[in-house]
Amino acid sequence: MNILLENLFTEQKTPYPDDKGRYGEFGGRFVPETLFVALEELEQVFRSAREDSEFQKTFQYYAHTYIGRPTPLFHARRLSEHLGGAQIYFKREDLAHTGAHKINNALGQCLLTQRMGKMRVIAETGAGQHGVATATACALLGLECCIYMGTEDMERQRLNVFRMKLLGAQVIGVDSGSKTLKDAINEALRDWSLNIKNTHYVLGTVHGPHPFPWICREFQKIIGIEARKQILEQAKRLPNLLVACVGGGSNAIGLFYEFLKDKDIEMVGVEAGGKSLVPGMHAARFAGGSFGMLHGSQSYVLQDEFGQIGNTHSVSAGLDYASVGPEHAWLYKSGRVKYTYAMDDEALEAFQLCARLEGIIPALESSHAIAYVIKEAPQRNSDQIILVNLSGRGDKDVEHASKFIELEV
Amino acid sequence: MNRIEKKFEELRQKREKAFVAYITAGHPSPDYFEDIMLALDEAGVDIVEVGIPFSDPVGDGPVIQEASYRSLQCGTNPTKVLNWVSNIRKKTEIPILLFTYFNPILAQGIPSFLKTSAQSGADGILCVDLPVEEAGTYKLEAEKNGLATVFLIAPNTPEERIKLITQKSSGFVYYVSRLGVTGEKDTIANDLAISVDRIKKYTQLPVLVGFGISRPEHATFVATVSDGVIVGSAFVRDLNEHAGSSQWTTHFIQYVKSLVDATKKVKVSTE
Repeated sequence: MNILLENLFTEQKTPYPDDKGRYGEFGGRFVPETLFVALEELEQVFRSAREDSEFQKTFQYYAHTYIGRPTPLFHARRLSEHLGGAQIYFKREDLAHTGAHKINNALGQCLLTQRMGKMRVIAETGAGQHGVATATACALLGLECCIYMGTEDMERQRLNVFRMKLLGAQVIGVDSGSKTLKDAINEALRDWSLNIKNTHYVLGTVHGPHPFPWICREFQKIIGIEARKQILEQAKRLPNLLVACVGGGSNAIGLFYEFLKDKDIEMVGVEAGGKSLVPGMHAARFAGGSFGMLHGSQSYVLQDEFGQIGNTHSVSAGLDYASVGPEHAWLYKSGRVKYTYAMDDEALEAFQLCARLEGIIPALESSHAIAYVIKEAPQRNSDQIILVNLSGRGDKDVEHASKFIELEV
Repeated sequence: MNRIEKKFEELRQKREKAFVAYITAGHPSPDYFEDIMLALDEAGVDIVEVGIPFSDPVGDGPVIQEASYRSLQCGTNPTKVLNWVSNIRKKTEIPILLFTYFNPILAQGIPSFLKTSAQSGADGILCVDLPVEEAGTYKLEAEKNGLATVFLIAPNTPEERIKLITQKSSGFVYYVSRLGVTGEKDTIANDLAISVDRIKKYTQLPVLVGFGISRPEHATFVATVSDGVIVGSAFVRDLNEHAGSSQWTTHFIQYVKSLVDATKKVKVSTE
């Protein structure tokens, strides 16, 4: 099965985004003037790249030989049996090189960087997964790499800081604001506005100003393209339900996009419920947020009545963000995708259960998706199929999780 | 004609260049707002840009970022800032341009935000992360309320966009003299004259230059090639260091005046 040799960037099946980068009322390009022109240039470069068969071939070559695509689809029989309901399948993005789906977008955008003739790449990172993926792609392609990371996150993800440095990247600690992902994005945007002539900003998720949400989706939708073929081969039918965790939302869009045309397939995005739904204690943007604009895109935002961006919390750094990708906002509003949340302790339980029953330690982010499945699967008959995006591996979280799990052993 | 337009008419008659000062409202403490505004007036500033602090100011450098953070810590919000503006209106007619990010406007609702801004006595608005392409309702509501709309033009803005931006601008056009975010620099781009002329091809509005100006010699140079000078971070930094100390207003007025004088010594040529 070599899915990769087919045309990955086929014409869009949805009318979104429109030419202003809008998904309904969401999305757009709200940036200071200096960045506006860089974004227009990026959009043009991507438009020409996705129609260029040489570019596609290059991307697919690396996806196949370097990332290790296609990633497997795995029938989690013991977990399915344990829950006593629907059959559960994992899309194993945790087996992609660097341990998460993030590499799909990082590699794609680094190839775009080369195409633009730029030699320097910057990126933000929260959990460190996107930073590691970007540093990896830069090492592969010989690009200079600079990663912005909140000092709070650097503390939580020390191992990933070391990995990035090992890969030759410079890691710059961001000490302003809440010292987490949103502040790292602020700083990356500032760097970019100063250095746009020689630098590309590899934004790590389906958020940010147009064309970032679109570019990231185009590089991530391979997850769903593969999963659709694989489930048809293995189960001879399509799944009933797709589940993915949603931080910015790139792994979820990556899985969902190819299935949007299948009207009967339900889809659920799982946000971080944190400790409670009290403001500042969670990152559930649909449950606790409102219409707003952060980092260049209109979407649901956790904010106060005056539009100041709220603080967030999640046990998983990758879901700890005050806004969500505009395409998700649109899918939420249109009702096509349902969004819910899992609490910190539910995610930690899912983390352990998956490890024990399947021998797979999932990322704490992906554990949120599994936490929902644990509640949902028993409600369904055994002839139903739930396909979960296991978006990343949990090795990076073992140290952090041990602080919480120790108490229960 | 609002106070900003009136001011430029007056400057034209006096053949003077304009001097605009930026401050972050509520920094270093809300208690100083009135003193700072009156000091700027006394120093001869033509227009004050009053920054409404935002939690995530991506267009600003470290100095204004820190000032915004400190102001927010003091409980500053847009409603309070507009209250301060309407109080200061009882004491001075100095033209006021609100400087803000888009999300605080969205949170209140565009029509309501612009209406209350105008009612408070502000004369114009600059929203740093709102490109003209997205500014339809904003422009309409600003016009309805008699507020000037100032937009930024950057060194990398292509000509067709300059045309578009100048069409949506009123009051004046703000040229950002270099790439990057707000903050002081030792040198000012030396191709400034060419850049300003490129904008003037498309508009009769005054073209003012900001970003990176902190010294009198910068101000004089910028005033020579443009219609006026905008200074921000340098004042914010000065207030950081001195506000609240003895005689700080006298010191602050002197510093501002040194930059105003350096601007005003350049006279508009008669051609």
